[in-house]
Amino acid sequence: MNEFSTAFIEALELLLNLDSDLLEIVALSLRVSLSALAISIIVAFPLGGFLGVFRFPGRGIIIIIFNALLGLPPVVVGLSVYLILSRSGPLGPLDLLFTPTAMIIAQFILVTPIVTALAIQTIEDLWVEYAEQLKSLGATKVDAILTLLWEGRYTLLTAVLAGFGRAVAEVGAVMIVGGNINHVTRTMTTAITLETSKGELALALGLGFILLFLSLSITALIHFSRNIMKQRLI
Amino acid sequence: MMKKPGNQNRSILPLTLQDVSYEKNHSLLLGKVNLILESGPRTIILGPNGAGKSLLMRICHGILEPTAGTVDWSIPNAIRYQSMVFQRPMLLQRNVAANIDYVLRLRSMQKKERRLRTIEAMEMTGITYLKNTQAYSLSAGEQQRLALARAWATKPEAMFLDEPTANLDPTATHEVENIILDIHKSGTKIIMSTHDMAQAQRIATEVIFLHKGNILERAPVKMFFQNPVSLEAKQFLQGKLLWG
Repeated sequence: MNEFSTAFIEALELLLNLDSDLLEIVALSLRVSLSALAISIIVAFPLGGFLGVFRFPGRGIIIIIFNALLGLPPVVVGLSVYLILSRSGPLGPLDLLFTPTAMIIAQFILVTPIVTALAIQTIEDLWVEYAEQLKSLGATKVDAILTLLWEGRYTLLTAVLAGFGRAVAEVGAVMIVGGNINHVTRTMTTAITLETSKGELALALGLGFILLFLSLSITALIHFSRNIMKQRLI
Repeated sequence: MMKKPGNQNRSILPLTLQDVSYEKNHSLLLGKVNLILESGPRTIILGPNGAGKSLLMRICHGILEPTAGTVDWSIPNAIRYQSMVFQRPMLLQRNVAANIDYVLRLRSMQKKERRLRTIEAMEMTGITYLKNTQAYSLSAGEQQRLALARAWATKPEAMFLDEPTANLDPTATHEVENIILDIHKSGTKIIMSTHDMAQAQRIATEVIFLHKGNILERAPVKMFFQNPVSLEAKQFLQGKLLWG
């Protein structure tokens, strides 16, 4: 129990002093996870719309693959991205290994299947309901995808939340491709891992509290903005 | 002579169905149907549940392909000049005016034109006071009136209505029926399905009686109700034939 109270105090001290190292870590964590999330949304929404509305041979297999990728282990993604970006890998010349960009790439790969799978499901369900009506109104399938993405906006926000949760909480991938380099690629999760292995349990727990707090705040923010959207009916 | 909507010069009617049938899982749900629909009369497709009324209308409208036979409008791409109101209106999660505006945007209309048409359609269906109300918070009757406004806003030459009052109470049914008559007065051909004989008598100028996927009779409304020819129509009118 002692550990917890010490951790609380440590966390509070770090927060109240606006410790610059801490702020750097927090900022990097958010930058990496939110960038990965933003890029994955740009890919996943149109892809989910396309797979939800169009019917073609092989569609079922693609959807099964996306669903299977929901359980993609972060360390495996990290290792694969590592191999691709490492000096001898195909993208070695870009010199991206151990940079925040590499971490964004890895998290993008982790998050995209989640957002895509949920988007496919959302759009597919809506299409079943709306197909006849939209055809009757004269909408093309592309019109229909845009319309249904907008119709499904509240459900899709949940998909975004799920994606954010995955990105901000994972440690395996960013550890391998980022390397947990102080002031360069150290995030909340890699810092916690490091402090734990050093035996600095209080500090690790303190960081853990902050991560939890941040993650909850952003989730709450999205949740409330969704409710406000619903009430104002944007 | 009817006014032609939009800037198309030729009428989309008559609609000609030749040997149209629809099969699903090896059972024949419709056909063979041979039918010509002209502009003018209010056509009611009457028949018991499961007779294939919805199927026939969807095939006519062009949102369902028949498994055999041909459906020919007099001009290509005729779906742009017609509309359909469904039993359960599928409205978009936006306000009343935006729901109407949506279909006008699909027709690539200018903003000014869209605004005028939206106002006109809301007046036609008596929902102007609901302009800024969210579609999903409307009552069932108001939702169906919005569906009618949306279907009429494009000034279609033909409008299909698939049991539009099946889920409505008598008052709302009455309102919807009056709107349908007004829409017909504005120059739109009405093709409506119902299993309600009283409603058929209120709306129809001609009746097409459908039974087990086949057209058994087609007659002016008075003649049909006073002197049905087929045994099935007689039974239906006596209330003995409630299911297909």
